[in-house]
Amino acid sequence: MLEAHAHANPHVAHQFDDAPQQRSAATLGMWAFLATEVMFFGGLFLCYTVYRASYHDAFSQASHHLNVWLGGFNTVVLLTSSYTMALAVHYARAGDRQRLIRYLWFTILLGSVFLVIKAYEWSTEIHHGLLPGDHFNRDLYSREIELFYVGYFAMTSLHATHMIVGLGILLTLVWMARRGTFTRDYNTPVDMSGLYWHFVDVVWIFLFPLLYLIH
Amino acid sequence: MADEHEQHASIGTYTVIYAWLVILMLVTIGAWVLNLGAFNILIALTIAIVKAILVIMYFMHVKYSGRMVWVFSGAAFLWLGIMLALTMSDYLSRKWVPRRLSDRPVAHLFKS
Repeated sequence: MLEAHAHANPHVAHQFDDAPQQRSAATLGMWAFLATEVMFFGGLFLCYTVYRASYHDAFSQASHHLNVWLGGFNTVVLLTSSYTMALAVHYARAGDRQRLIRYLWFTILLGSVFLVIKAYEWSTEIHHGLLPGDHFNRDLYSREIELFYVGYFAMTSLHATHMIVGLGILLTLVWMARRGTFTRDYNTPVDMSGLYWHFVDVVWIFLFPLLYLIH
Repeated sequence: MADEHEQHASIGTYTVIYAWLVILMLVTIGAWVLNLGAFNILIALTIAIVKAILVIMYFMHVKYSGRMVWVFSGAAFLWLGIMLALTMSDYLSRKWVPRRLSDRPVAHLFKS
């Protein structure tokens, strides 16, 4: 009975009829997960929206202490990393192992640059007494400004955590690719990781204007 | 290997989309520098939504995918929309969101 389900393609798990169906299942599963992620970040965005509407002037003031140029540069870095990731997926599907690995490394590099800049930004903000809690400079800044920074640090650190996980995933992909795991017939993990990476980019696409570009 | 992903974007398409993403990003910053008052948030969010759509459609291949992918990805943002719309309408209809910092209707709750 088991022989009836054996596949010519060893990468197709036995519960699937064929490779396209397996890929479909993986894609839908990934999107279901991304939907939970949208709600995860969405909750924080909602919270931020309510407080920003309530304390617009204070939030505008608070936002001025953020470095728009570094944030903007970081946005370009992430957009570029999405581009290199899309290309990596493209080469994975074409079976071009060398280019797949190359573009995975580009994506990892860009993601790392983003995190380094973010860490630098945080260090300057903390240095200026903007980290909510015991070290927040309450003499200089109001409670509402502290609230902005609760939102800022919560959302950007959640985003950064996602990026770090993403880098781990990409490094794993490089390792798998070097062992020759991915071919024209089987490259689903690269594709799915691409979906994850693009999602993290989309989150930042909204974070940047909402946090940095308030007037 | 015929699958629903057979026809998908070329490198040229990815490059064009990437160029547009960077251009739109620069437009966002440009609008911020110009400071168009009440329009600021509207412009920034509209551009962000357009950029997100470009990433989702092309980089995430939704444009080339089957209907179920459209349903799943659409559902994610539909639910987000419900959460934002219903919550904000609740707050706004109760006048819990003041127009100015000075006329906070719940100010008595913030006595420190």
